[in-house]
Amino acid sequence: MNNLLFMPIVIPLITAICLILLWRQRVIQRLVSLVGCVSLFLAAALLFSFVAPGNVLAIQAANWPAPFGITLVADTFSALMVLVAAFMGLSVAIYSLATLDPERESFGYHPLYHIMLMGVCGAFLTGDMFNMYVWYEVMLISSFVLLTLGGERSQLEGGVKYVTLNLLASTLFLIATGMLYGTMGTLNLADLGERMRQPETLSDLQLGLMTTLPILYLLAFGIKSALFPLFFWLPASYHTPPIHVTAIFSALLTKVGIYSLVRVFTLVFIADTDFTHTILLVIAGLTMITGVLGAVAQMEMRRLLSFHIVSQIGYLLMGLGLFSPLSLAGTVFFMVHVILAKSALFLVGGVLHRVAGTYDLKKLGGFYRSSIMLSILFFLPAFSLAGIPPLSGFWAKFALVRAGLELGQYAIVTAALAVSILTLFSMTKIWAEAFWKAQPPGKVQVDADQISRTLASGQTALPLLLPIVVIAALMVIIGVAADPVLAISQQAANQLLDPTDYINVVLHESASLANSP
Amino acid sequence: MESLLAFVVGGLYAGGIYLMLRRSMIKLIFGLVLLGHASNLLIFTVGRLTSDQPPLVPDGAETLTEPFADPLPQALILTAIVIGFGMQAFALVLVKRMFLTARTDDVHAITTTDTF
Repeated sequence: MNNLLFMPIVIPLITAICLILLWRQRVIQRLVSLVGCVSLFLAAALLFSFVAPGNVLAIQAANWPAPFGITLVADTFSALMVLVAAFMGLSVAIYSLATLDPERESFGYHPLYHIMLMGVCGAFLTGDMFNMYVWYEVMLISSFVLLTLGGERSQLEGGVKYVTLNLLASTLFLIATGMLYGTMGTLNLADLGERMRQPETLSDLQLGLMTTLPILYLLAFGIKSALFPLFFWLPASYHTPPIHVTAIFSALLTKVGIYSLVRVFTLVFIADTDFTHTILLVIAGLTMITGVLGAVAQMEMRRLLSFHIVSQIGYLLMGLGLFSPLSLAGTVFFMVHVILAKSALFLVGGVLHRVAGTYDLKKLGGFYRSSIMLSILFFLPAFSLAGIPPLSGFWAKFALVRAGLELGQYAIVTAALAVSILTLFSMTKIWAEAFWKAQPPGKVQVDADQISRTLASGQTALPLLLPIVVIAALMVIIGVAADPVLAISQQAANQLLDPTDYINVVLHESASLANSP
Repeated sequence: MESLLAFVVGGLYAGGIYLMLRRSMIKLIFGLVLLGHASNLLIFTVGRLTSDQPPLVPDGAETLTEPFADPLPQALILTAIVIGFGMQAFALVLVKRMFLTARTDDVHAITTTDTF
């Protein structure tokens, strides 16, 4: 059963190797890629079903006892993240069947995609700081190539910015990890967590450094997850690759950064939460506000949505900064919600681009009249993102805002609510420009025929629309029946705040568990 | 020895950051390379600098005798060097492609993805 923990890493690896061996065999590659994604999703679902009752699973690579070996751990939060990541991996893989161009597909899109999924799952499951660094690099190098694959000028420009800042973040991550080892003598997260919970055994110097080091980690993870004021690489690069690449990036990459922040700031860096988590809260507010203000100014759909990624990251950080059971549950819930909503919006944007040939809101128009279905598919994620009941975003924001009110943090609550209104405003802008407005004359002509031609031919319509329909349906289901998701989020939050199980399973039980059949 | 290395690491950081703040793209990459070296040396220093003290338990003893060099940071550096090498190789190729496409090495000339 514990070997299940390896599956989300091994399956993408094997798939990627097969795909490299099948270089340029495009039809077989597509098939293998889909099989890989489906198996990854099934493995993630199985893993989640073991963890969901409240168990924590851990395995030590090659049976080296913790904290000396490489540890993989799955608690509710990481298993949930792996599940969502695998689901998004599958959805975008299906969608990309319709939007991939032959050139990119022939030059390694599929294998890179799976290696990126491997890095993401590895980062979610690892129980060791240096190992996390390695998974980050796996994820980064494949995302670098996915971003620049095709070699258009804008892609290269975006790539230079993305690559430079992320390499800088990796260097900071490495420095921080070296210093962490120098301070504590261990890099195993559970071991670190246990020592931090016995502060009487630590010297003053260690305690002081464990309040300073988080800031270095905050910088490293902050660049990766696009926090204020470190987010500039994101809106400069995310709109340059093909839309399916943007969609999977927006779903997974920044969220891995936030996952790592949540993990280390609940498990390890708890020496002085008043100090560190207040900084997190301030940054959360500024991230929300700058992100949404950037979005309001944009008239290009992908750029607008890229700024919204930044803005939503602020909400995720807000839950961590408030640091209460309800707020962390809000963060977990929000994470699931925002991954679904954000990628659905990018995917709908891709369909609009497919029909009208542009992402420019000024040139788009008339979609409401020509396709009701597409309008609904945009409407659901857009208004879920803004937090309109009964969609998933409402409950996520409700949990965060309520946690903020309970703790008396009125400033951040005000910011969160104001940013919601601005989010609604910019979503309405897309709605009014692309859907409601009559079609601008002299521009690309979109009529119902063209849409139905694009969307009716089974070969493109099914892969284009099926993922969006499923994601939109999920958002409605999560919104209407929020209880199970809220319960899982609450359980994840409780495990984060009281990691006794996590520490025990890794340090004290895993040796016996790993030996049992 | 530690203080000497501290100055070396500090110097490499200063040089790396200085190069990264220049407008030339190739200097940007060299800056990243220097920062990578500085971090590796920093981790090396964390593992204690001792010569002729391998971390081997002597015959008849149960534990290591101080002082000894910690082998773990050295293993970490090996991994980090390999990863850094791959990343820097990619970054160099990217900058070359950028130069061939834009015909300029100036980072201020590549602003089309930021403006709207």
